[in-house]
Amino acid sequence: MSGSNVPADLKYAPSHEWVRVEGDVVTVGITDHAQHELGDIVFVELPEVGKKVAQGKGVAVIEAVKTVADVYAPADGEVVEVNSALADEAGAINADAYAAWIVKIRISGPLSSELVDADGYKAML
Amino acid sequence: MLHDDTGRTLFEKSRPGQRGTGEIEWDIPRKGLDSLVPAKLRRKKAPRLPELSEGEVVRHYTVLSNKNHNIDKGFYPLGSCTMKYNPKVNESLARLSGFSTLHPLQPADTIQGALELMWRLEHMLAEISGMDSVSLQPAAGAHGELTALLVVRAYHLSRGEDRRKVLIPDAAHGTNPASAAIAGFECVTVKSAQDGRVDVEDLKSKLDSDVAAFMITNPNTVGLFETRVEEICAACHAVGAQVYMDGANLNALVGIARPGDLGFDVMHYNLHKTFSTPHGGGGPGCGPIGVKSHLAAFLPSPRVRNSDGKFTLEKPSTSIGPVHGAFGNFLVMVRAYAYILAMGPEGLARVGRNAVLNANYLHAKIKDSMACKYEGPYMHEFVLDGSPLKALGLHTSDFAKRLMDYGVYAPTIYFPLIVPEAMMIEPTETESRETLDRFAEIFLEVLRQCREETETVHSAPHNLPLKRVDDVKAAKDLVLTHPFE
Amino acid sequence: MSHRYIPLTSGEEKEMLQAVGVERFEDLIQAIPSHLRLSRPLDVPPALSEMALSREVRRLAQKNKGLTELVSFLGMGWTKHFIPAAVDTVVSRSEFTTAYTPYQPEASQGSLQQIFEYQTMVAEIAGCEISNASLYDGATALVEGLIMASACTKGRKGFAIASSLNPRYREVAQTYASSNAWSFHDVAWTADEGQLDRKSLESTLAANAGKIAALVIQTPNTFGMVEDLEGLAETCKAAGAVLLVVNDPLASILVDPPGAFGADIVVGEMLGLGISTSLGGPALGYLATWKKHLRQMPGRVVGRTLDADGKRAYCLTAQTREQHIRREKATSNICSNQGLMTVVASVYLALQGPKGLEEVAEQCATRLAHVREGLAKAGIRPLFAGTPIQEQAFRLPAGSRARVESACRTAGLLPGVWLADHLPKVPAETLLVCTSETHSKQDLDLLIATLSSAGGQA
Repeated sequence: MSGSNVPADLKYAPSHEWVRVEGDVVTVGITDHAQHELGDIVFVELPEVGKKVAQGKGVAVIEAVKTVADVYAPADGEVVEVNSALADEAGAINADAYAAWIVKIRISGPLSSELVDADGYKAML
Repeated sequence: MLHDDTGRTLFEKSRPGQRGTGEIEWDIPRKGLDSLVPAKLRRKKAPRLPELSEGEVVRHYTVLSNKNHNIDKGFYPLGSCTMKYNPKVNESLARLSGFSTLHPLQPADTIQGALELMWRLEHMLAEISGMDSVSLQPAAGAHGELTALLVVRAYHLSRGEDRRKVLIPDAAHGTNPASAAIAGFECVTVKSAQDGRVDVEDLKSKLDSDVAAFMITNPNTVGLFETRVEEICAACHAVGAQVYMDGANLNALVGIARPGDLGFDVMHYNLHKTFSTPHGGGGPGCGPIGVKSHLAAFLPSPRVRNSDGKFTLEKPSTSIGPVHGAFGNFLVMVRAYAYILAMGPEGLARVGRNAVLNANYLHAKIKDSMACKYEGPYMHEFVLDGSPLKALGLHTSDFAKRLMDYGVYAPTIYFPLIVPEAMMIEPTETESRETLDRFAEIFLEVLRQCREETETVHSAPHNLPLKRVDDVKAAKDLVLTHPFE
Repeated sequence: MSHRYIPLTSGEEKEMLQAVGVERFEDLIQAIPSHLRLSRPLDVPPALSEMALSREVRRLAQKNKGLTELVSFLGMGWTKHFIPAAVDTVVSRSEFTTAYTPYQPEASQGSLQQIFEYQTMVAEIAGCEISNASLYDGATALVEGLIMASACTKGRKGFAIASSLNPRYREVAQTYASSNAWSFHDVAWTADEGQLDRKSLESTLAANAGKIAALVIQTPNTFGMVEDLEGLAETCKAAGAVLLVVNDPLASILVDPPGAFGADIVVGEMLGLGISTSLGGPALGYLATWKKHLRQMPGRVVGRTLDADGKRAYCLTAQTREQHIRREKATSNICSNQGLMTVVASVYLALQGPKGLEEVAEQCATRLAHVREGLAKAGIRPLFAGTPIQEQAFRLPAGSRARVESACRTAGLLPGVWLADHLPKVPAETLLVCTSETHSKQDLDLLIATLSSAGGQA
């Protein structure tokens, strides 16, 4: 799809999360394409810091008016930080999906083999 | 408009000291609240209920009522909802004091008529569906699903099997997986095939001895009869799984085919769909379940028994127990009973027949302008693929809102999930050809506007009490009660 | 053959088949294998005219003895009150009765605003912040409350349940227990006042530390006694549990509502408040709670918003909790609720207002006191000392039940609920008597006289 913003410095999951890798901590959000498809986001259900997560399992839930989308963890690990600003302003994801990160996970295993680079993700859209 | 004070609530109209009822006479000495309730327990802050005269209350609700679409006023092409006409005699009979003043804990010998009515209705529903036993207790369709799954669970447990999975097609109503989850099962999705029917091979690949039930809507949610139903039932039965028919679309089959004859073990009915009882703006419904004989022992208690015209209540030890505080939505049962009596065998045969004819007729009138994803003929409803609208910058929701400007309700939209921009249309057998013709004209006119007056459609509705309602704001800035300050 | 509910004539049917492009109706149902089609008429009675079917249904109605023929003091969750004529006038309007669920707000503002007002009234009565748009009845509202309490406590499955909970509610909850892996732990009542035994609560919470999702308590309880809820929310919170109260809305006009004590979830039955007893259905279950628990709340809810012109508007909201969006992860499976019954209750509450309701409650309590005083003269005492509102358990002499029942039958009297039939822990001759403003002095005196002569101390 044209018009979607896909920054080159991130990795992407087929389930429309973006992932920024910094050492053993990954930051996860949803892509511009995903926020566009969901429409106005009204709520983000964030996990608790310290929660153990498994690769491919839901770590947060994004709620639009009539749709819900799970945000999946790209690797096993533990939630080390959540973007609690989203609790008050979930619409920040609509405004800038790459600034409005959702969770940071300290990973304890390999990243999902399904993650692709920006060109790979663009090809999926 | 003098009395259209848009959105103004009872609470804003309230004036302290007013009331809409008169003081009740005292024929025994008044003691005063201070002597009846200790000061420690007394309510400190009175509830802020409205204080208005009787006439003001009646007018408030009358003005409100005029802002509702309703089946007496106009067509509801709502797929999956079976918005048929609600006969008026049913309403007056449900108000008979011999029904409305009954207490659920009265001795059985004082409610013989009510028990007889329930017993007769159970047997009529069993005959119509080809099931062996019926329980009327569930209060709505989803409640029926849940109850039926508890019955299925009890059946398996009685055979020493704690089966964990329920299979559900991807096109199913959301209540199916929700009910299965609350009944303690894990939901496994079965795919739809290219033709819009269940992918039987996918189903077979997911069937094993841990499957408690397969829940299937038939006709399904794209209005197609599941032609391979016998094969589906046989495959499920081969692994000991029960086959559940979601009866949301039973209207299509009335007098044409019976779920029990098709091989289903258990099903629910929606009396507020198939059996003409009113929807009441969301309820009350009534969601009886029907089962084959091997499941009957597990039906909710109490059961109504008939011994030579004397009706009693029984609590079988094998029953799952009660699922409702009393007997379910009894006055809805009274209405459905009256409906079946009014229809008779010939009338019921025309229910399915004319529901199917009306749907196919309406489809024929609009098919050249907007296509269905799956090929017919259809049963009682069809599902249009609204995705061509996207090229015009429009969505199905815009189309639906514009339809409402012409005095019809919107079709069911965005369901089932397997059809993009879905628009699901079910006319029912109680609509006249004239109504269908007129609806088709309106449909085509709105479609023309989509192309030529896009903004008119995009900003619809225009002729209703309100313009487009901002549901995003509602979800973001949650205001769920009147803010008194 | 024509039918009054079906508009198509046989001529029109033929023309419509032609328009579809088929010759016979059977061509439209080829997807149904022919051997699976019904080849005979359904075996139901022949169609009746409106006159004949009215006669048949009236025959059944007349076989019943309703509360107009019998003097009844039955209660235990279903209470009869007077219903002003305006209630039925409003609810009979097709615009409410024959409307669909208000998914399209622009064509459903009537129902939506009405539900919004209902939610407000329920929240006010329960002393909470929010309410949902209705549940089936009080008993199933309790079940929804249990599911919600479990979700509010990250999936805890244990419930401390006051033994004085309505036994029918308890029975219904039991039906759903094993599939949800719930365990119920009974909390005793005190011997003198029939109130929740705090020591029993503490030991239940201690014995199941980390497992209890909620304390479930009913007020007034099944003996009719108002429970003192003071401190219970704090006790629950300390145990990581929530407080779930089954609450009689009429009683909480007179006494502080559960919300005032910090109850997390308040559920109950609105039948009686404009809603006829109707063999217990349609009833109206309610659920009130707090904004902080909204995402765990079951069922529909209406919110206030604006339309494109900035006019006040109402629509269904917070729908991502619901089955049509969240599917197996929904907070409940409920779809159809008791919408029309919320119209009934709302009109009743709006007509009564706080003053009218308080007067009804006072009438009930005063009439109950009249019965209590009358029975005391014959030595018949309440089972427990305490504060009742409209219902109270009385202890009749051992061995008197058959005599009392026979005398009541002769007098055309349903004296109340024999509680031991439902709650085995109470003495066999416990009679739960429910009074309302509809009982005349004659009714009350008939009850007093009949119980006194058949069950009084000689």
